[in-house]
Amino acid sequence: MRGNNEDQRITPVRVITTGLILSGILLVIILISLSLGPARISLKDILAWVTGYKSVDRTAWMILFKIRLPRILLAGLVGFALSLGGVVFQALLRNPLAEPFILGVSSGAAVGAIIGIVFGLGFSLGVPLLSFMGALFTILLVMGIGSRYGGLESSALLLTGVIVNAFFTAVIMFFIATTSDSRLHSMLFWLYGDLSQSRYVQLSISLPLILLVSGIIYLFSRHLNLIVGGEDSALQMGVEVEFLKWISFLGISLMTGMVVSFSGIIGFVGLIVPHLMRMLLGPDHRLLIPASALGGAVFLIAADTVARTILSPSELPVGVITAFLGAPFFIYLLKQRGSRWTQS
Amino acid sequence: MDSELTLKDVHFRYNGKWCLEGIDFELTRGEIVGMIGPNGSGKSTLLKIMDGLLKAQKGEILLLSRPLSHYTRADIARHIAMVPQEATFQFPFSVFEVVLMGRFPHLGLFPFEGREDQEIAHQSMHLTGTLDLARRSIHELSGGEKQRVLIARALTQKARIILLDEPTSFLDIRHKVEIFELIATLSRTQGLSVIIVSHDISLAAQYCQRMLLLHRGSVYKIGEPAEVITADTIGKVYQCPVFVDKNPISKTPRITVLSKTEEGKREVPH
Repeated sequence: MRGNNEDQRITPVRVITTGLILSGILLVIILISLSLGPARISLKDILAWVTGYKSVDRTAWMILFKIRLPRILLAGLVGFALSLGGVVFQALLRNPLAEPFILGVSSGAAVGAIIGIVFGLGFSLGVPLLSFMGALFTILLVMGIGSRYGGLESSALLLTGVIVNAFFTAVIMFFIATTSDSRLHSMLFWLYGDLSQSRYVQLSISLPLILLVSGIIYLFSRHLNLIVGGEDSALQMGVEVEFLKWISFLGISLMTGMVVSFSGIIGFVGLIVPHLMRMLLGPDHRLLIPASALGGAVFLIAADTVARTILSPSELPVGVITAFLGAPFFIYLLKQRGSRWTQS
Repeated sequence: MDSELTLKDVHFRYNGKWCLEGIDFELTRGEIVGMIGPNGSGKSTLLKIMDGLLKAQKGEILLLSRPLSHYTRADIARHIAMVPQEATFQFPFSVFEVVLMGRFPHLGLFPFEGREDQEIAHQSMHLTGTLDLARRSIHELSGGEKQRVLIARALTQKARIILLDEPTSFLDIRHKVEIFELIATLSRTQGLSVIIVSHDISLAAQYCQRMLLLHRGSVYKIGEPAEVITADTIGKVYQCPVFVDKNPISKTPRITVLSKTEEGKREVPH
């Protein structure tokens, strides 16, 4: 069946090749998404303009680079971050159903955003700022309550996350129930994920943090493999388990809070993309982390393109699309591999 | 000189309570020591102390004549490997991937295993008879196969000392024997020193050169199986009446647990 010389290792070449293939797919999906929208701009024209082959149509150029491109790039960045967060949380919590929102970050961010909307703040920076503060507050609250003797225990963290989530959901409902004007529409859109307010400035704020967190996380990809096999064994082989948990929970939550403050709550990305990639490429995090992050970018750009074009000229919140796709896919996964997930 | 691991007057306290008191022990190269004792007598704690995962408040631990505290965690992992009672992998790693993880303490900053690492993993799988399982998912294995894979991972660590914490608890008799046979072979051919915690006292007595009986955090008795396993010591430490005779084939001590009604008859065996 298996020759002795056959190489089953994860090698840098394999990681880079996979990364390049997914980057290629990402580039294609960006180009396709650029060409789609209420104003028809053909792919051929875009390529001709970009390469300087043809003189540029001013209006079309504005639509492409002032409206569509920042939105596409932000969608990519949000998908990248949420998917990365999902992979890491699933490994650290040793729970296949974990996602980056599981510790309550999204509900904290939502409370902040909704307060911002109630006070009529702007969507490009005002609402995101309050939202990020809400996320930050939640992270400190959950990690503060969930830590014991300086250690972070998964079950304590998860329970704290659930409780904090329930409390903030009640706060959100309170604001929804007491708001009746057009702000209600903004709130509901935010809660289901809305990328229509994308600006380049948001990209320049979130990009450094996302790059920093993903870089640090990747250094620990081998360590995550060991943690999947149990914290005790990982500890025995020299993984600084507690340090890794602190830095990852904090880093991922900050990153998630940041992107959620710009995009609203987009569910399922952090859940299905990592699972899909694990099915395709196996569970080794050295390959899984970059693949999930890039796959998340591709997935969310595609989903947002559907969200803004399917009912054109009106738009859907992108969270509706990810949930439409995500929930059935998840049920399929559960049916296929349910016994394995529940195996203890 | 020949000592792999030495413990001198080791004390360990947890939450203000002494869990281990005055442990003296020496592990010599190539021997298999069976650690027995009732639940809560400190067996797992002692293993963790030996592995440097817990720090003794008092006493000295020497690994190859050097204080254990002078080693880094990765250093220790290159000398000592631990095989847990059971390992649950949340995601379906292949057997080969799991075994290769044993190279973790040997890799530097560059996070990928090289060809030599792969060779070592193959060698370990060969020695443990798990080569045929290489491509299988760890989820598909039986309890006995999984234990052999974990032992292969320990070998891949290239450790000279292997600590096993009740590796046979969840196995049936055939697989229990298989694990003990494997350990005996590895100890003989690879010169491994082994400490194995087990509740299968008679079985351990067949394979271990020495037994260590732990009682309330202290060494109650240590020595050859026949010295340690007597009706008196086992009965006292486990607070359970037993009858001890010799295994007719291996001539090692064999215990029979007595029920309440049988207890009075123990003077008239045969």
